[in-house]
Amino acid sequence: MLSIHAINRSFKGHQALKDISFEVHDGLMTGFVGANGAGKTTAMRIILGVLAPDSGEVRVDGRPITADDRAQFGYMPEERGLYPKMKVHEQLVYLARLHGSSTAGAGRRADALLEQLGLGERRNDTLESLSLGNQQRAQIAAALVHEPTALVLDEPFSGLDPMAVETTLEVLRDVANAGAPVLFSSHQLDVVERLCDSLVILAHGEVRAAGTRDEIRAAHTRPEWVLETDDAGFVRGIGGIEVLEFDGGHVRFAAESAEAADRVLREAIERGTVRSFAPSIRPLNQIFQEVVR
Amino acid sequence: MSVTTPAGTAASAHNRRGRTGFWAATGIVAQREIMIRLRSKAFIISTAIMLALILAGVIFSSVGPALFDEDTTVAAVSAVAPALQGMDGIVVDTLGSADAVRQAVQAGTVDAGVVQGRGASGLLVIGDRETPSALVQMLSVTPEVELLDPNAPNPMLTYFIGIAFGIVFFSSAITFGQTIAQSVVEEKQSRIVEIMLAAVPARAILAGKVIGNSVLAFGQIILIAAVVLLGGAVTGSQLLLDGLGMPIVWFVILFTVGFVMLAALFAAAAALVSRAEDLGTATSPLMMLVMLPYIAVIIFNNNPVALQIMSYVPFSAPVAVPMRTYLQTQAWWEPMLSLGILIVFTVLVIGFAAKVYERSLLKTGSMIKWKDALKA
Repeated sequence: MLSIHAINRSFKGHQALKDISFEVHDGLMTGFVGANGAGKTTAMRIILGVLAPDSGEVRVDGRPITADDRAQFGYMPEERGLYPKMKVHEQLVYLARLHGSSTAGAGRRADALLEQLGLGERRNDTLESLSLGNQQRAQIAAALVHEPTALVLDEPFSGLDPMAVETTLEVLRDVANAGAPVLFSSHQLDVVERLCDSLVILAHGEVRAAGTRDEIRAAHTRPEWVLETDDAGFVRGIGGIEVLEFDGGHVRFAAESAEAADRVLREAIERGTVRSFAPSIRPLNQIFQEVVR
Repeated sequence: MSVTTPAGTAASAHNRRGRTGFWAATGIVAQREIMIRLRSKAFIISTAIMLALILAGVIFSSVGPALFDEDTTVAAVSAVAPALQGMDGIVVDTLGSADAVRQAVQAGTVDAGVVQGRGASGLLVIGDRETPSALVQMLSVTPEVELLDPNAPNPMLTYFIGIAFGIVFFSSAITFGQTIAQSVVEEKQSRIVEIMLAAVPARAILAGKVIGNSVLAFGQIILIAAVVLLGGAVTGSQLLLDGLGMPIVWFVILFTVGFVMLAALFAAAAALVSRAEDLGTATSPLMMLVMLPYIAVIIFNNNPVALQIMSYVPFSAPVAVPMRTYLQTQAWWEPMLSLGILIVFTVLVIGFAAKVYERSLLKTGSMIKWKDALKA
């Protein structure tokens, strides 16, 4: 498990990160969401040790992170770049060797990754001869080629077409499924909502929400239900219920407990036909807008 | 919310792999620097052209003068012709009259003419536009000359040897200095350096670059030295074999150490900028440092005091020490002292450059000042 503990970092008087703490669990894909300038890149650079925090620390399995740990991480920086004039396969092997892989092992792994990402035929082309989307795939391969024990990816999906997003996702899933923590940032909330097991929402250098989707929803919404019946007016009379929205046969209400909600359903069945009764789920997007404000 | 997967143990098993060691990382970086350069057609071709030019220069310096050593044709009237016979490099064309001689000179069919004259020598030398000084000298009475230092190097030759050392130093240092600078800024500009820094220490990257490029520069200098010495052996040039052997050895030794110092400085300078376009500004002070010995040796090649000072200044020692070795104006221990000074200075410079490099590598935007790079 990767934990970020009470990290502060300022740049020339501007505090980019304010006492942030969150966790990236093994085997989970954790989305790191926030508007531009929220501090995602700074936080990721600090995790990788490319930048030093003013205070606070990064921990791996509860102990302070070491250079040895970091050398095993896979990292995709915000600003993309590999050697423009070097062949794709060759630079993957080079990077893997810097991370401690053997030449032969790195070669096999690079081949497999390029194949998986649909770049198999371009292995001996120079990076600059690839399209931007393909360069992006090569960049992802570069983060994965040394079989990282954790992945930190800054906007891995930006610039990818939907097909490429899917193939990339598969590759990242493989890493998570192998037990590694995977952290990736994105400002495309819909992508994150769909892909992530867990989320960290950052705004103005602060963690505004963190946890699994359900946990975040639970923390940021009161349980709500929606009932569709003939005449929902009776709901107002039931104890422990607050009606939020009412329109003839449609009512949205908050209940202090599940039992209170059940009483509404029982009452509704006795009074007429229940067309629909379900918990109301707020889209993450709404919560996001709310928490980053 | 913690999820434990069976594969989690596999991930922690990876952790034991550890970080790539400093020298292993240095080796991997150096290997790439060398490989990229050796694969570059431009590099191979320019090296081949340079070696060919140097070889041509060596061959020309020994056989060239003979090619231009033409005989001088002199027209003479029969009365003075015997006096000219048997002179080295003079072909005598005996004509009937002084007028015929004058016409021949004017027409350019002969290089000069000699007729009877009224002066003390009884000869009158006729030239077309300028005094045929070689002929005049041969016909003059030469006083006896005693040379106190008959083995002293020819000043012209000294001058050219100085320039040759200067040019080789200058061009190799600039070529490889620029190469290392470009390689640093390429990594900075493309941000691949962020990925590298997460894996290996900045100093290992710097060391790899300096070592890789130094090996290449050393290889090139050795090739040049080999071509010069072999060319000298083949053409039997005494100058190259006797006089220049030791100076070349000293040059190679001092250049190699001096290059390591310059390479570290070029890498540090390049780390100050974020874009290849700004490289010129960042490296221009270094260009001056590299040009200094080249210019100084041209100006001071005949000034023993200046050369002595230059031989103790780390930036000019690689040129000045070989010059002094050639001129034999130094005690046996002086080159050793120069080398010692250079090595100590190089170690200090590497420490300084590593600091600047390490601290500037992740800073982007406009060019960082040297001062600020050290402060941060």
